[in-house]
Amino acid sequence: MTAPLLEIRDLRTCIAAGDRVIRAVDGISLALNRGETFALLGESGSGKSLTALSVMRLLPDAGRVVGGEVRLEGKDLLALPERAMRDVRGRRIGMIFQEPGASLDPVMTVGDQVREVLDRHLGLRGSAADRRVLELFEAVGIPDPRRRMDEYPFQLSGGLKQRVMIAGALACEPELLIADEPTTALDVTIQAQVLGLLRDLQKRTGMAVLLITHDLGVVAEMAHRVAVMYAGELVETAPRERLFTAPAHPYTRKLFASVPGRHLRDAPLAAIGGQVPALWREFSGCRFVERCDHAFEACSNSQPAILQLEGGQAARCHLHDPRFAGRAARAATTVSAPLAAAREPMVAAPLLEVRDLAVHFPICRGVLKRVVGQVRAVDGLSLDLHAGRTLALVGESGCGKTTAGKAMVRLLEPTRGRVLLRGEDLTALGGAALRTRRRDFQIIFQDPFASLNPRMRLAEIVSEGMLALGVGGDAAARDRRVDELLEQVGLSTDMRHRYPHELSGGQRQRIAIARALAVEPKVIVCDEPTSALDVSVQAQILNLLRELQQRLGVAYLFITHNLSVVEFLAHEVAVMYLGRIVEHGGVGQVLESPRHPYTQALLAAVPRFDGQGERLRLRAEGDLPSPANPPAGCHFHPRCAHAQPTCRESYPSTVNVAPGHSVRCVLTGPAAS
Amino acid sequence: MMPILPVILWTDALVFALLGCVAAFVWLTVSREHLRAPWRKVARSTSGMVAATVLACFVAVGLLDCLHYRKALLPEPGKAEQRWSPEVLSALDALAAPLRQRQERTFSAPFAVHGHSKESITRPDGTMAREYPRLKHGGAHLQDPARERGADIAAGASRGAAAAALAWVMLASLLTGVVAAARGSSFAAVSGAAWRGELDVPLRAVLLTAAVILLVAGPLIVLSGRYHVFGTDKVGQDVLYLTLKSIRTGLVIGTVTTLVMLPFALALGLMAGYFKGWVDDIIQYLYTTLSSIPGVLLIAAAVLMMQVYMDARPETFDSVTRRADFRLLFLCVILGVTSWTGLCRLLRGETLKLRELEFVQAARAFGLGPWRILARHVLPNVLHIVIISTVLGFSSLVLAEAVLSYVGVGVDPAMNSFGTMINAARLELAREPVVWWSLGAAFGCMLLLVLAANLFADAVRDALDPRVRADFLRASPWRQLAARTRPATKASS
Repeated sequence: MTAPLLEIRDLRTCIAAGDRVIRAVDGISLALNRGETFALLGESGSGKSLTALSVMRLLPDAGRVVGGEVRLEGKDLLALPERAMRDVRGRRIGMIFQEPGASLDPVMTVGDQVREVLDRHLGLRGSAADRRVLELFEAVGIPDPRRRMDEYPFQLSGGLKQRVMIAGALACEPELLIADEPTTALDVTIQAQVLGLLRDLQKRTGMAVLLITHDLGVVAEMAHRVAVMYAGELVETAPRERLFTAPAHPYTRKLFASVPGRHLRDAPLAAIGGQVPALWREFSGCRFVERCDHAFEACSNSQPAILQLEGGQAARCHLHDPRFAGRAARAATTVSAPLAAAREPMVAAPLLEVRDLAVHFPICRGVLKRVVGQVRAVDGLSLDLHAGRTLALVGESGCGKTTAGKAMVRLLEPTRGRVLLRGEDLTALGGAALRTRRRDFQIIFQDPFASLNPRMRLAEIVSEGMLALGVGGDAAARDRRVDELLEQVGLSTDMRHRYPHELSGGQRQRIAIARALAVEPKVIVCDEPTSALDVSVQAQILNLLRELQQRLGVAYLFITHNLSVVEFLAHEVAVMYLGRIVEHGGVGQVLESPRHPYTQALLAAVPRFDGQGERLRLRAEGDLPSPANPPAGCHFHPRCAHAQPTCRESYPSTVNVAPGHSVRCVLTGPAAS
Repeated sequence: MMPILPVILWTDALVFALLGCVAAFVWLTVSREHLRAPWRKVARSTSGMVAATVLACFVAVGLLDCLHYRKALLPEPGKAEQRWSPEVLSALDALAAPLRQRQERTFSAPFAVHGHSKESITRPDGTMAREYPRLKHGGAHLQDPARERGADIAAGASRGAAAAALAWVMLASLLTGVVAAARGSSFAAVSGAAWRGELDVPLRAVLLTAAVILLVAGPLIVLSGRYHVFGTDKVGQDVLYLTLKSIRTGLVIGTVTTLVMLPFALALGLMAGYFKGWVDDIIQYLYTTLSSIPGVLLIAAAVLMMQVYMDARPETFDSVTRRADFRLLFLCVILGVTSWTGLCRLLRGETLKLRELEFVQAARAFGLGPWRILARHVLPNVLHIVIISTVLGFSSLVLAEAVLSYVGVGVDPAMNSFGTMINAARLELAREPVVWWSLGAAFGCMLLLVLAANLFADAVRDALDPRVRADFLRASPWRQLAARTRPATKASS
């Protein structure tokens, strides 16, 4: 075997936070060969991004590499003077970042940003540089590259921006590309496009890719070899197939088990209890010991070393250590009991009925603020939600699902339409009547860091709704209720006097749930409640939400873009595209036999790692059009593989393809059959 | 002891009200951990605490000067009623009575015993001569000034230094005792740790600053009894006294203006940001218009109008001091009215951001009214901006007063301020030999005040502004890391 392209040996990086030093990367060793995609998998805070930044020597001011070496073709990058390092960045190692919007300079045309790299490293200027930019833009699949070259980042969509970033990173044909969560900020359909592009480019140029991600699906699609990081250390290294068929480290196994999906519908997810340990403290044993089901005594007394297993796999776990063979076997494997499948038949009268709901935002121009157009964020949405059930509203970002959710709880004023809660029209209520009704419908937000007031104690946050709506009795009764709610969401009651900043993301989201539950609502709109959380924490929250539903009979309107969450939690699914529902039905109907081409494309774009089955290669090309100016006819036709002339003319009407399963597409309509 | 009549001027009342607000804020802060944490950070910042020590001295002088009273006059024979002197004095005046009362005829240099310019003097023998006259008070006790002056000054300075050393020891033991009591450790342990610089509060730096201040102040106090240490001005007033009196004016301008400005900035900024729509339009229009009028012109116009009003009603004000004080208050008000726009803009922007945050949305989902949301959710989250801009604004207001008084639209000419001192001194700069001490004293004192305020403001901003994290770069965590670097013996693949 030839010498590896990149070799990291015992890399240690520290971050100063206040007067503590966090050992964010603590002895990482790995090797990366040419033409290989090596995935660094880990949850937030595991140190994977800092590893990449250490390789590039782009650490923030507070960070420092305190030991180890990083060798690119044998030359230690950490020993290079900064001047020489600048020749490596961009020329030999390219890097793309997570947020394409933030990594492009907004006051430079995108062409200039790529030209800058060419000028710096290859001395290309003038028309030669233009030709090369054009070539690169074509290579990364930017349509109409000559025009796009002279555009500014704000004129491009997220997917196109990420393509520009890739073009810039690849401009000098680097030997190594570091991709730090390259698709996390993108929608699934765009993610599929970008991942496909990276694969093609790698095939063509033979570069090595260090892919940093938290998404198991992306790893399964892309990686040749995978390293799993936990708390600053590598816990497992394996070829992809090996990792997915026989994960060796308990953490990896737990990670796989905590991904929601259809096969897990009736059992709770294997959430990893507890949290990642604080990295400023000294460890005497395994870093995973507190959260591990298989832990035995040695795990807390001695630090496990990396052990080579067969098939190129290696794991940092005492379970694989022959010395502890006897002990490990005795370690109990706890199997969580499946939850009682409490599926009551559908009650006749729906709890919440939404009829033809529309939210339009006027576009104002000029000095006099004349209305020149409407952004039709939600444009005629109708759905029913039954007590104790979950309806998932699915769609890409910008399709209007959050707006719809907020309009239903009257945080936004609907332009037209009605929202009936047990037959009472919420949109007609105002003032005091609306305020008293508010206890029946609550909302849980996406970002647990923004949804709690940082200046209030947890007890104040949870009791605020009771206070505002005058429920829950006197102060003592409210206090008791707060304790009860904290226990209900799995927090200890002595946290009531803490402030939000002392909590982790998952704990914060539990508080947000407790706050919503405090007023005993009938309906909770959950606006992407888990998308800001790590997969293991997401599992905890999803379990909690489902358990609460079974116990309290509350109905969820679950807004999400994550289809695996839908499979796990929802009873019904409504797929939204540009303000309208294109397909609606039971979860099995929609996810197993999708009828609308958009639903099909959405499902096909989700990277899978569980089944090895054939994947539908049905891609939605291009981007989501602007809701200010939707395409005529069926909104999806410009991206649809099956578009017909009639699609351009009128929006298809709703067709029932099965009881409870409706689709708005000409393909399913009487005309097509 | 003569009976006195306490007098509370308008600005005194406002200063005391402000003190009350600060006390309430401190009380609120001490009881809440999240509010206390940033201030603890201020307490740990060396430059911040040094600046605070200097500021404390200024504030002490200013507060002494805020305690006003009138002296009793001797009753006229045959009348029983008590009569009060029309002159309003302050506690500072009483303490510095020798400085106030020992007026010379005109200019004299610091530590001078002779006048600054030659005068025609009639000798005892009847002949006329032009020479530098002896001062009435400065060094009047010396028989042969040329020979004795140096030794006398040195002796006075060393007496002052000795007193200062004594005062420092008392202060140091008091502070160390307080710190020791607060932490429940022994006095010896705390003083040792403080001396080695191992305490987390920079007690050593504070004590060193206090030592420097005392070492300057002690000799000055002792010598000012015999000499005019900063010289005298055109009408023979002691410049040190003028400087001390100017401090209160600067502090009042810097703080009372904030008090006037805050309600405008807070109410309008929060409303504009939260309600948006036409409320926002009106408020934006208001502050855009206001901030496009040249501030100096607006202030000049207001002050002149006010002057006309006061001149037309002389009976309203029973003393010169009251009149000057009213003008000072009016200046604060007009400065406040013209300076709220900056903070208002900041608050509007922050509120626009906060109102979209999900915790505000969650509060709306509970049906909370807008005022309750503003008070409970928005205001506490913008307070750090208010504090930062208040502390930063203080120094610019002190400077603004100097500029306005220099231009002639500032405080009443009868009131001592840095601006009036500079204004009076400006012509004298052209004299030969140059009269520099008046300007120098005002300049030095103002520089010290503004620099201390700015340094303190920096420390406050570092602690309160979540965007600034200067302490990341502090060396201490890295030292700590070096102290416990482990041998890299872990096995790896």
